[in-house]
Amino acid sequence: MMDFLTNDLLQLSDSAVRFATPLLLACLAGLYSERAGIFDIGLEGKMLVAAFAAGAFSAIAGMPASEGGWEMGAWSVWVGLGAAIIASIMFSMIHAFASITLRGNQLISGVAINFFAAGITVLIGQYWFKMGGQTPQLREGQRFEPITLPFAESLKDVPVLGDIYYQLISGHNIIVYMGFAIVALTWWVLYRTRFGLRMRAVGENPGAVDTAGISVVKLRYSALIITGILCGLAGAYLSLGTAAAGFGKDMTAGRGFIALAALIFAKWKPITAMWATLLFGMLEAIGNKYQTLDLGFIVLPGQFMQALPYILTVVILAGFVGKAIPPKAGGEPYVKER
Amino acid sequence: MSSEENNAGRLDAVAPAIELIGISKAFGPVQANKDISMTVAKGAIHGIVGENGAGKSTLMSILYGFYKADSGSVKINGVPTTINDSHDAIAAGIGMVHQHFMLVDNFTVLENVILGAEEGATLGPSLRKARKELKRLADEYELDVDPDALIEDISVGFQQRVEILKALYRQAEILILDEPTGVLTPDEADHLFRILRNLKDQGKTIVIITHKLREIMDVTDSVSVMRRGEMTKTIATNTTSPEDLAEAMVGRRVLLEVNKKPVEVGETVMQVKGLSVTDVHGVMRLKDVSFELKRGEILGIAGVAGNGQSELLEVIAGIGAATSGEVLMHGEAIDVSKHANAELRRHRGISHVPEDRHQRGLVMPFMTWENTAFGYHNEPEYSGKFGLANQKYMKKDAREKMERFDIRPPIPQLVASHFSGGNQQKIVLAREIERNPDVLLIGQPTRGVDIGAIEFIHQQIVNLRDAGKAILLVSVELDEIQALSDRILVMFDGVIQGERLPENTNEGELGLLMAGVDPEAKQ
Repeated sequence: MMDFLTNDLLQLSDSAVRFATPLLLACLAGLYSERAGIFDIGLEGKMLVAAFAAGAFSAIAGMPASEGGWEMGAWSVWVGLGAAIIASIMFSMIHAFASITLRGNQLISGVAINFFAAGITVLIGQYWFKMGGQTPQLREGQRFEPITLPFAESLKDVPVLGDIYYQLISGHNIIVYMGFAIVALTWWVLYRTRFGLRMRAVGENPGAVDTAGISVVKLRYSALIITGILCGLAGAYLSLGTAAAGFGKDMTAGRGFIALAALIFAKWKPITAMWATLLFGMLEAIGNKYQTLDLGFIVLPGQFMQALPYILTVVILAGFVGKAIPPKAGGEPYVKER
Repeated sequence: MSSEENNAGRLDAVAPAIELIGISKAFGPVQANKDISMTVAKGAIHGIVGENGAGKSTLMSILYGFYKADSGSVKINGVPTTINDSHDAIAAGIGMVHQHFMLVDNFTVLENVILGAEEGATLGPSLRKARKELKRLADEYELDVDPDALIEDISVGFQQRVEILKALYRQAEILILDEPTGVLTPDEADHLFRILRNLKDQGKTIVIITHKLREIMDVTDSVSVMRRGEMTKTIATNTTSPEDLAEAMVGRRVLLEVNKKPVEVGETVMQVKGLSVTDVHGVMRLKDVSFELKRGEILGIAGVAGNGQSELLEVIAGIGAATSGEVLMHGEAIDVSKHANAELRRHRGISHVPEDRHQRGLVMPFMTWENTAFGYHNEPEYSGKFGLANQKYMKKDAREKMERFDIRPPIPQLVASHFSGGNQQKIVLAREIERNPDVLLIGQPTRGVDIGAIEFIHQQIVNLRDAGKAILLVSVELDEIQALSDRILVMFDGVIQGERLPENTNEGELGLLMAGVDPEAKQ
């Protein structure tokens, strides 16, 4: 039992954190957008272009000049991250233009972004690298490496706490830590700052914001820029911070939608969003670790285990876990009444 | 020349708080404001009256920067001021309480007050300052509100106070109120007027938009009348009368009283017994409501919106389901479960003019001849060969109805959304009344309807009663209830709070009942 706790559970939690990170970042991205009253089912697409831009630019930045690269060494990974964020913001601005300025249908714009991202990434990838849409395998300096936190090695032998610190808390890459720091930051921004107050207001009643003398359009664009940045981080994590070490076709594998489900599950609150994505991360970790699970009376097949996060997504979206009330003005373009 | 000198002379004395000069505004082909000029003296309460769509709200929204005028200019305290958005208006000392409150429902009172008037990037200092300021304002103007309450948890009366506080917190010197009493009980309205007089005594200028002439007479110093986008008259309130104002609004003499002769009340048509409704949130909307409805009577249900009247109408009409209780028609029970069928209701002789004609009474993008048949479209007279609709008859029928109910323009091919509020309501009425029902359920018959049409609609309802039919009238307009009803039930919080005869009661007593107070119990 002790062995299970110290080893299996810690291992599971450790990989749960890794699996949860992209979900968490995407979920927070969606939180900014939806709290500002713009529904965003294009998280998936934005993550995908970000993952591609990260993989492609990190690879190019790290290549020797003889192969057409920029020989940037250890800076390559940051070039990749920057490219991911810029690409994701560009896509986010397409959504913003369609749904804020043109007052179009937000769901349709989101769907379009997802399809566009799925196609364009493979197209450009094939054109640049001729690897069937993949980007080259990333080497050291082109990807994020695990960081060993201070004292992790020396505290390793302290029972329980040392284990937790060494195994679970230490040894992740920078984006994981950023993800969890952004949870706290988001909470603070949302509930303790002027921007947060206005953003929450514009998602509930844009008329109140407008009559208070604040520009609804500017507020919503600002929120969607933040959404772009966070989706950029989420996508970059997939290609630069996981064992994949590079971009692969459709590598987001529905994570944008899982993040959306987590957002609903978390009732659009940042701290709750963290727990919700950790739950999804844990399910993914379990599915990964136990290819089949023997419960004694029944043996669950591997396919079922891997489907767990998706099953939970369906359950949540079908509304089985209590009533979630979205921001009231969500999905509705703001038009002055007449 | 001399007028300019006059203006210059006035500047030296006290410049008017508001001066609108030649304001025009069009929405597409509709000219909402035509060359309007208006002056409001500092420290005055000025009323603007006019029918729906006369352009009152548009004019004030222009002053508040919500819309931009096509032409014209604005002077505030004698200083030419450009108001491009609400931000400019607030800076010029103008505050506005909109008809539909501009509040964030899941924010606290305090958060709503500081929204847009925060000082600094973090909220802490603003919240502390606002809390102190709110307390001061509350003491000064009878504007008590719990600063930490959520908007969705407080009554509309309090929500309105929050709107006023928002304006005062922004140091507004000019306060515009758009239809402020529409959602208030008479008691709350009196309180509001006290606040307004208080504000006036402090030197604030108040503009109040309303269609209720009595309020204008009660509270204003001067009044402007608008009709079809034009300002037809501006006059000191003490030199005019409701009749004169009504005439200026409509353009002809109007009957403010309803012509109603006493009628012998017949046998009971409908009995409602112990009706209760619990909504999806588990809240009881209707609690054990019982009453009888007789031939030849108009039974008026008074109450502030949201006290169970809508649920009552919906259950009887077969749209909503009752949790318990029953409704008998001619002594026979009708289905009040969720399986109730509204079409069967019509066959039993119950017609329904819904409260919200846009949502339930009409299909707005559909043509009038379709709308005049809806709900009855399966009836034999509307059915043609091979199970198809008899369009020819439907159009002819619509044209006749439009003529009888004076619906203008009388063109059956026009879509419902093309018509004014009054004409839309007449389309619904024509459809329901012409079925000659035993019971007519009618909700908010004159909401959003111009005065001219109100007169007509009231007369139709009275005619139906004179023909020996039973009418259940639900209205939040107490005047209307008092003028039409033969018997009045007052609802509060899902309960029938009291029953009165119109000749034995007055507005004060009904107002108390509407607020949940039983005046008899108090004595």
